[in-house]
Amino acid sequence: MISCKRFHALAAMVIAVALLLPIVASAIDVLPFKDHAEEQRFQNLTRQLRCLVCQNESLADSSADLAKDLRLEVFEQMQQGKNDDEIKKYLTARYSDFVLYNPPLRGSTALLWFAPLILLLIGSFVVYRIVRRRAAVPRNQPPAASSEDDW
Amino acid sequence: MNSRYVPLIGFALVAGLLGFGIHYMRNNSMNEVPSPLIGKPAPAFDLPLLDQPDKRLSNADLSGKPYLLNVFASWCFACRDEHPVLMAEGKALGIPIIGFNYKDEPDDAKRWLSQFGDPYSVVIADREGRVAIDFGVYGAPESFLVDGKGIIRYKRIGAITPEIVAFELKPRLAAMKEEGS
Repeated sequence: MISCKRFHALAAMVIAVALLLPIVASAIDVLPFKDHAEEQRFQNLTRQLRCLVCQNESLADSSADLAKDLRLEVFEQMQQGKNDDEIKKYLTARYSDFVLYNPPLRGSTALLWFAPLILLLIGSFVVYRIVRRRAAVPRNQPPAASSEDDW
Repeated sequence: MNSRYVPLIGFALVAGLLGFGIHYMRNNSMNEVPSPLIGKPAPAFDLPLLDQPDKRLSNADLSGKPYLLNVFASWCFACRDEHPVLMAEGKALGIPIIGFNYKDEPDDAKRWLSQFGDPYSVVIADREGRVAIDFGVYGAPESFLVDGKGIIRYKRIGAITPEIVAFELKPRLAAMKEEGS
């Protein structure tokens, strides 16, 4: 039993290390952060930004040349004391909303934001209808074999 | 309605949605990042010339006349496809084509131009790629059509083809001429 527990602990550790790996690997370039908080802020910000070259990667993860340049740009603007919103504004002015993983809410993105809610409402309505119809069938009586149910 | 057909209708809806998706992706490149700079003034730049690094070219030197800014690099494969088009049709556009050498070794760029020909009025070099960020460049080739007032009128992401010249560049150039800009 003990060895089994040990094995579990070991497995948990392996998984934990594996989960941490991407974070370690994303620190591609060596930037002179003045403290850990600044580095955290930088990582957090670049994780919200999309790399324009390989568009499934965030700026934090991408090793594309442009991503490197943009990380440097973000870092320098942080040094100049700009806040996250100002840096995002700087990038969207050049690369449009595309550069943000979190699209802002406006007329053109309303469908994107509300479609899940609309689908959820439609789904709930369908479930409600089905439940109501089932409830209408008397309890102790098996449902009549109808020709419509045979598929 | 016979509920026996519900799965069929569901299938048809999903198939229709996926079919539309494929059709849409074919006609609209989803990788293209729309430029927010169209209709806005071209970003300010002041860059050294490729062949005379002590001389520089800036927006101010160009104001008053339209130009085509073509982002290229010797490391860029698609630029090789584009290059013959610029060589053949560049002159007929009637505006200067300014080469924007993007993150390139000057020697490589010079060799590239002497090997394939030089369609440019002047070539400026952005080795660091910092000015390119201001232009929203994210690859090469890219081209910007700038009018006499310094406004970006059109951006081409990817190679310029004879079709782009005929259907995108020339009509806009004609319109710009009519406006007198």
